Amino acid sequence: MNRSRSLPVYGLVLLIAALAVGACAREARPPHFFPNGRPEKLSDWQMVYADGGRLALNTGVVAYDLNTPLFSDYAHKLRTVWMPAGMAAKYDADATFDFPVGTVITKTFYYPLPKGAARSATAVARTYDQSADFVDHVSGTSGLNLSQVHLIETRVLVRREQGWDALPYVWNAAQTEAELSRTGDVMPLELVSDDGSREAFTYVVPNENQCAGCHVVDLKTKTIAPIGPKARHLNREFVYANGSANQLVRWTELGYLTGAPTSATAPRNANWRDTTQPINARARAYLDINCGHCHNPKGPANTTSLDLTVSAPADRHLGMCKPPVAAGRGTGDHFMDIVPGKPDDSILPYRMTSSEPGVMMPEQGRNTTHHEGVALIREWIAEWPGDCIS
Amino acid sequence: MRKLSTVILLALVAGCAKEGGSPQALTADDLAFQKTLQEEFLDAKPGTVIEIPAGLHALDRVLTLRANGVTIRGVGSGKSILSFKNEVSGPEGMLVYANDFTLEHVAIEDSKGDGLKINDGENITIRDVRVEWTGGPKTTNGAYGIYPVRSKNILIEDSAAIGASDAGIYVGQSHNVIVRRNRAEKNVAGIEIENTIGADVYENTATGNTGGILVFNMPNLAQAGESTRVFHNKSLANNLDNFAAKGAAVASVPAGSGVVINSNPKVEIFDNDIADNQTANVIISSYFSTNYYNRPGVDPKYDPYPRAIYVYGNRFHGGGDSPDGVELKALKVSMFGLNGHFPDVLWDGYQDSKNLVNGLPPAAERICVQNGVEVLNADGPDKYSHPKVDTASFQCELPKLAAIELPNS
Repeated sequence: MNRSRSLPVYGLVLLIAALAVGACAREARPPHFFPNGRPEKLSDWQMVYADGGRLALNTGVVAYDLNTPLFSDYAHKLRTVWMPAGMAAKYDADATFDFPVGTVITKTFYYPLPKGAARSATAVARTYDQSADFVDHVSGTSGLNLSQVHLIETRVLVRREQGWDALPYVWNAAQTEAELSRTGDVMPLELVSDDGSREAFTYVVPNENQCAGCHVVDLKTKTIAPIGPKARHLNREFVYANGSANQLVRWTELGYLTGAPTSATAPRNANWRDTTQPINARARAYLDINCGHCHNPKGPANTTSLDLTVSAPADRHLGMCKPPVAAGRGTGDHFMDIVPGKPDDSILPYRMTSSEPGVMMPEQGRNTTHHEGVALIREWIAEWPGDCIS
Repeated sequence: MRKLSTVILLALVAGCAKEGGSPQALTADDLAFQKTLQEEFLDAKPGTVIEIPAGLHALDRVLTLRANGVTIRGVGSGKSILSFKNEVSGPEGMLVYANDFTLEHVAIEDSKGDGLKINDGENITIRDVRVEWTGGPKTTNGAYGIYPVRSKNILIEDSAAIGASDAGIYVGQSHNVIVRRNRAEKNVAGIEIENTIGADVYENTATGNTGGILVFNMPNLAQAGESTRVFHNKSLANNLDNFAAKGAAVASVPAGSGVVINSNPKVEIFDNDIADNQTANVIISSYFSTNYYNRPGVDPKYDPYPRAIYVYGNRFHGGGDSPDGVELKALKVSMFGLNGHFPDVLWDGYQDSKNLVNGLPPAAERICVQNGVEVLNADGPDKYSHPKVDTASFQCELPKLAAIELPNS
């Protein structure tokens, strides 16, 4: 609640801060790996930092994007990776790359500001358009334009000797610094669409243990790992400052990746929004990144035996005609996870459509409904042949 | 300057309005308590004891624990209360991924999803814990009250589960379990043992649920359950209308079920007081009776039959007089009249036809009901067309199951 009380002065503070910082450009320190502990400020890491009117990336900090991203209440995300000099990740065709100790990955959640409206503490745009986000309008590498976006949180995943640690940082109202918030945060926001319609919702920053809710790779060993930096998610073009290149190729050139095959032979998930690609590939990519981190044979949702990773066989393992196990009221009075040809009779789109804890899936990471994602999965189920009798 | 102060004033007004409409209803004290408690959960290490003081503590997000060897202790399940009525992120009340875990003398109320979920833990002790949905039975209540799953060496004792929209105490896909001296009320299923190997359920009281005590095997899961003993319990007047969402496993349980065995082998039911359950005091059934079976959706290796079920030495009273569902009602009236009642044991009649010898399963797989207790074979496979009351077919004995021993009991 303190947070929302401090918000009204936000605009003024931002203005002053922007003027002050703009007047004397800071001297960037190199990125820093902390082998232990929890630095209080995001800028302690020097991966990304507010620098005048932009969220800047430090030298050697590389932005990247995924073929199909996790839905997070329509937030845009700036992802970066950095490794100490001379270190590289080892390629893996299926699992998260084997990153060296010292790797720091950041993911900044932000929203573009609504078009034509005065900057407000809580109103953010609901849009897929990223063109106004970046300083040079093209490349994530150029940094985020803070006059066009509102920063919410930056999550840091750091590879230490004993494994990965997850640290959530929440941006201050002035957008000058993000502070460690181990217990997460809850903030009221309002999504504003291009047509002016508005949807109020509660944005939830996860606490450290909730981070593991998605990032735990193996329930038995309790190890956690990044989800995005896998071959199938990264195998795509990215616009760098000096032009477009495949991310696997560029990471290899930069010395951040060894052992990668050509991009043509590496696995590649579909871009869920690319309607030129087959609906099955788009839907499977969407389920893979949104659900597969829990719904896999070693993940927290293995209690349900529902496997939504991209490699799951397209039968009862993927939910076809499968009676639910522990859905409780999440069934929505439906009898099977997926009924081929019948999205209205299927539990999957029902739980995706809900934004009510106890019903909705995923269980965390969103508090709004991803309408376009639901539409994709419904279309996919509608086109699925077969029935649940034969 | 005047312009600027107008802007600030407007912003302040907007801020106040926003705050009024905020989904958070937690007081500053509650938020401070939650932050401290969350930090204790984050910092917990083997040996840590987290104390929950007396009082009603409102929280708005799940408490997640990942450290082994932690004890969470209140001062009583009526006094140290964690309320999730205002939960915005969960959906559980408490979510535990840890071994050597003890939770005692605490209440968890009104979580949006499961009250207490323990996933993949070993040596779990739940003692004097109350999980309750305080608004009474509602379909919108969380699914499970006390819910260890894929865990091993579990002791649940002197606890209570009230109002769960699926099962109050639900042990799933686990090994080596004792559930004793608990109270389960106003849930769809009071106590449910599912796909679990080795469970002793005793000295519990299940009353006012849709079904009192259930032993189930569901298809497609990592393990099939077996070997459950249900004894010294009271399963009384579990006649609550089934309020589970359709499609949930327990939605198929008829209101008025005392003890239900579904598709689970090696179950021993003895020395219980089972009374006034209006469909039947004991139901023995197959997955085919749940209406969830379909060929593409069910693992062909799944065994849908109850085998080696042994019912003896129970004290039955009343019940069977007002079964739930049109088919069972019609069956009761046609066989026993308007004022009659079903016998104490209702069997749906499904059995594995592949291994019958002279119409009966092999000796080790039979359903045995002792002490002259009558069984109604409802003839489910033939759409209830030739039901019959029988005792002779069930006169047999089975080897008794071993008692469960736990390192932590």
